[in-house]
Amino acid sequence: MDTPDSTAEQVPVKRPNKLAKSLAGTFTDLYNVVRFILRFFKEAFVPPYEGKELLRQCYEVGVRSLGLITLTGFIVGLIFTKQSRPSLSEFGATSWLPSLVSIAIMRALAPLVTALITAGRVGSSIGAELGSMRVTEQIDAMEVSGTNPFKYLVCIRVLATTITVPILSTFAAFVAILGGYLNVHQNEGTSYSTFIAQVFEPLSFLDFESSLIKSIVFGFTIGIVGAYKGYNSSRGTEGVGKAANSAVVTAMFLVFIEEIVIVQIIGWFR
Amino acid sequence: MAKPNTNIDYNQTVISIRGLKKSFETNHVLRGVDLDLYQGENLVVLGRSGTGKSVLIKIISGLLTADSGEVLVLGKDMNNLSAKELRDLRIKVGFSFQNSALYDSMTVRKNIEFPLVRNSPKLTRKEVTMQVEEVLDNVGLLQTINQMPSELSGGQRKRIGIARTLILKPEIVLYDEPTAGLDPITCIDINELINEVQQMYHTSSIIITHDLTCAKATGDRIVMLLDGKFERQGSFDEVFNTTDERVKAFYDYNFTQ
Repeated sequence: MDTPDSTAEQVPVKRPNKLAKSLAGTFTDLYNVVRFILRFFKEAFVPPYEGKELLRQCYEVGVRSLGLITLTGFIVGLIFTKQSRPSLSEFGATSWLPSLVSIAIMRALAPLVTALITAGRVGSSIGAELGSMRVTEQIDAMEVSGTNPFKYLVCIRVLATTITVPILSTFAAFVAILGGYLNVHQNEGTSYSTFIAQVFEPLSFLDFESSLIKSIVFGFTIGIVGAYKGYNSSRGTEGVGKAANSAVVTAMFLVFIEEIVIVQIIGWFR
Repeated sequence: MAKPNTNIDYNQTVISIRGLKKSFETNHVLRGVDLDLYQGENLVVLGRSGTGKSVLIKIISGLLTADSGEVLVLGKDMNNLSAKELRDLRIKVGFSFQNSALYDSMTVRKNIEFPLVRNSPKLTRKEVTMQVEEVLDNVGLLQTINQMPSELSGGQRKRIGIARTLILKPEIVLYDEPTAGLDPITCIDINELINEVQQMYHTSSIIITHDLTCAKATGDRIVMLLDGKFERQGSFDEVFNTTDERVKAFYDYNFTQ
């Protein structure tokens, strides 16, 4: 029989159990993610290579995101230039605008904006598509017919985002600089050749390299997170929605963390 | 509809299961299942929803692993297979899903040729097309070849699902609730198709169902899963000629609805 004392004693006993369960859950999730990533590296680079499907996925990720990337990149370049002008003009340094724009776009804005847009558009789509396939047993159907669904569905999509995001990012940088040029040309009357010369002047090889490395890491992250969430989604239509949502939120969060880490690492080499 | 005569080789076992156990946390679904499937036989597994019928065939196809017990499929121990051996075995064991599990982003043609192209990469385009058309003709749905799964009826989806299974010419076919969610006339069509597949492709099959009409029409032998074990087995009449209330309730429910 419970005495008031014994009931009171139960409370502190339950708390560590809950905490332990939560910790165990987190570590299990982490272990599963690591296994998922290792499986990707184990299976992605061995035949059969599914080149046709890879091209189709690159088209899905790349070409279909192009419109949004173009619009966003252009607006980012234009607005960034417009907003930076007053601060620079206070010091009579508006001639530095092209350099400022190029450094900001190449080092941070282009890879970051591209990654965030791709995470929203493609990450959610991968999560929802694979989640739906899991729920309707299409992944099981692939497995029982002697096809490796991990390779066909996961590896191909992750490779597609890893290849395509750097290309999109480069394109976004080009369009953003164009947006900046239009603003500078309109206000300062700078010619295109002068603008371009000033754009490339402050950039080093490390800037291009770091931008490329960032985009590759972001692309891989978006693909692997979307695929992991979808491939392991729980049963039911609710699980599909959760997978899509969680793919976007997690990918965006990781992209910001990676941005900070990579900027720190690149800083050591400057 | 009476079950047509079939050629069953009772000396050759294609699936042999001994002491199979499977639990999901505290839910003990299979509690020591023993089962033999003979060459050319259609075996019906009856049981209420949630009794582990689908779990059984998912273990046979390698989608789930057993907690304990021995599962031999075409002589291979499912507990000790490499990834390649499992892939090779799966080509010989077809699986027809309850909801058909058609790839909804592909046409009927692409759905059916998907496993064929992946498992027989040396086939020419012409050979692939010929085989796809042949199998579609066998299930009576050649006219749907360019349609999307969303444009098909429930019965048509089931048939296409079976056709996708047959394209690899499996030795064993596992049917998960083949008549679930279909109207009675379409159910009869599917039952006939299951028997035709057995005759045409010389397959051995396990048919998971709780539909007694399907069981009677397709089963050469029937086993009943009760409380995680096979409690009764034999012909349809042998299984239901009993005083066991659980079995009688199952029969009454099916035939008095």
